Amino acid sequence: MTISLKPSNSPPEKLQPSGWLKYLSFSLDHKVIGLQYLVCGFLFYLIGGSLAGAIRVELISPLSDFMPREVYNQVLTLHGTIMIFLWIVPVVNGAFGNYLIPFYVGARDMAFPRLNAVAFWLIPPSGLMLITSYFINGAAQSGWTAYPPLSITTPAAGQIIWILSVLLLGGSSIFGGINFIATILKLRRPGLKLMQLPMYCWAMLGTSILVVLSTPVLAGTLILLSFDIVAHTGFFNPSLGGNVIVYQHLFWFYSHPAVYIMVLPAFGLVSEILPIHSRKPLFGYTTMVFSIMGIVVLGLVVWAHHMFTSGTPPWMRLFFTIATAFIAVPTGIKFFNWVATLWGGKISLNAAMLFSCGFIINFVLGGITGVALAQVPFDVHVHDTYFVVAHFHYIVYGGSVFVIFSSIYHWFPKFTGKMLNENLGRFHFIITFIGFNLCFAPQHWLGLNGMPRRVAEYDPQFQIINQISSVGALLMALSTLPFLWNILQSILFGDDAGDNPWNALTPEWLTSSPPPVENWEGEAPLVLEPYGYGEKDSNNT
Amino acid sequence: MTSIVPKEQSSESKKELSTEEHEDFRLFGLIAFLIADGMTFAGFFAAYLTFKAVNPLGPDAIYELELPLPTLNTVLLLVSSFTFHRAGKFLEKNEAKQCQKWLLITGALGLAFLISQMFEYFTLPFGLTDNLYASTFYALTGFHGLHVTLGSIMIMIIWWQTRIPSGRVNNENKFPFEAVELYWHFVDGIWVVLFIILYLL
Repeated sequence: MTISLKPSNSPPEKLQPSGWLKYLSFSLDHKVIGLQYLVCGFLFYLIGGSLAGAIRVELISPLSDFMPREVYNQVLTLHGTIMIFLWIVPVVNGAFGNYLIPFYVGARDMAFPRLNAVAFWLIPPSGLMLITSYFINGAAQSGWTAYPPLSITTPAAGQIIWILSVLLLGGSSIFGGINFIATILKLRRPGLKLMQLPMYCWAMLGTSILVVLSTPVLAGTLILLSFDIVAHTGFFNPSLGGNVIVYQHLFWFYSHPAVYIMVLPAFGLVSEILPIHSRKPLFGYTTMVFSIMGIVVLGLVVWAHHMFTSGTPPWMRLFFTIATAFIAVPTGIKFFNWVATLWGGKISLNAAMLFSCGFIINFVLGGITGVALAQVPFDVHVHDTYFVVAHFHYIVYGGSVFVIFSSIYHWFPKFTGKMLNENLGRFHFIITFIGFNLCFAPQHWLGLNGMPRRVAEYDPQFQIINQISSVGALLMALSTLPFLWNILQSILFGDDAGDNPWNALTPEWLTSSPPPVENWEGEAPLVLEPYGYGEKDSNNT
Repeated sequence: MTSIVPKEQSSESKKELSTEEHEDFRLFGLIAFLIADGMTFAGFFAAYLTFKAVNPLGPDAIYELELPLPTLNTVLLLVSSFTFHRAGKFLEKNEAKQCQKWLLITGALGLAFLISQMFEYFTLPFGLTDNLYASTFYALTGFHGLHVTLGSIMIMIIWWQTRIPSGRVNNENKFPFEAVELYWHFVDGIWVVLFIILYLL
């Protein structure tokens, strides 16, 4: 049985919007959907970033004087939820996945174009719903983890809107994941083997498996939680005989893999960017593939390391400590592969490369604190302190967000046909890198000395360090300005990029910039060696 | 495996070629979705089993289940899987009348399951918020019942669409039928697991 690529009942070409209007339409083109994800995600990033700014302003002084404590709780909940579910997950998966995966597998669109558009258009309404809850009745106050009994005892309206919004975003994520799995496994160009695919395909395959296996568990858990709030059942309410630990287990069964859902695609994107800008093949392709799949398998069995202080029995602590320590092995393999890719290459230190290198540095630091946190004696000491905040932001900001910026600098010429200004880009990188490390490195110290997270007030002895951290946050906020200016002036007055400004070999560069609707004018190119760089000038390795 | 990339590349000629050139992977997508759906149930089951293991009921809490009605329900659903399969055999042979008859029986069995389930709900000695096990029981069977409801509606749509001559589901366009059938078998399978865990354990 066969199926037509274009739905037979789609409106005729002349009725479909063209120009920038198509980015506001229910477009089925994977490139349009990818950019929709990217721009939408970036707008939410600005909102989430403003909330982070509010948090850092509050923490300049030890007293809760900038906003009331309830508002502080709402702000930190919205910040976490927006940054995770509306910025990083949709952008590293939805935006770059939709834009790049069909090129990489040699297809003209995703496997299920309409499902794809549905998945995107679930995001803006649920994001708006989440944010407007702040203005209507007060947003959720229980953090992005929504641990009961906190989430049951705080005002119900905001929490229910939070649950609905996360359910919709989870649905969007599952639809996207199904689409990626089908596209990568089923829509490959004939003659293209799995082991010839660019690394980002593998990363997205692994990520999508995690999405499909773990997100539904979160959905079921949140449905039970909403019953507790609305119908006064007692699943997670100890006063009604319920069990809060079950919520934590189910929640982290999704939310630990969620970290990999945020960072595995970033691994893939870095593996695309590094070889091109250092003119060398990706080092250790096969080990890279196996380490991705190893992370997928191990990532599903490490969740209880978030719960070492929840009365976890010793055998469980032992098992999850060992499993977590194991996951450092495939991650370490990937790190050494990236370093080996750079080693002896002809490195051009452009903005994309700088952000990728920044990612490697930050990710190693975040990884080291991660291994430290997996050890029960240490974790019990720093659990729920700023040490965890620092570790987490080193992974998701220093890791994923640096890669998002790197990818924007790398693929912007393909998206628009215009070059970005490299000097502005390098400037952007320097402020971001300094600001980020200034903001989050001191928080390790705060956590080790016992400053709890998610509290608007703190002991006055921490004030200086908090102020340093807030200065870093200010730098991070300012770093957005050169970036936005760069994007704006490049779209308006940028130099033409040409089809392949980086002399890359991966298939998305073997077409015009921006690419035509069906990706290639002629037949899709068969790229069997996406990383065959440096063959002519291989004496420099 | 058939080719995915159309041979002719101009956009005019692609439309008629594409119908021959592209493999159908909608069932593959559906299977991926059902795995995701199954994980939701797996989460519920895990929660229920953990509650059973670590949260003993209070001395005055009432949580008793009778076996006859759910056993009848199990039989209803298992038989409905066979009748659906039977309808599929007739669809392959292009015997729409027979196919429709068996689909109608399947839909009726689904409906009978729902009525019987409602009857059980109304006769049980405990309500949704009475205790932890009661809540979990209603959440699990209710979530499954929602699946059966959706399945029954889809069976009725398929039944209407297999009519002669203007129905859209036939031997050539079998996907809607296969999709609903797969979904229905999945819902039955979940019920068997649910029956074992909730009623027998």
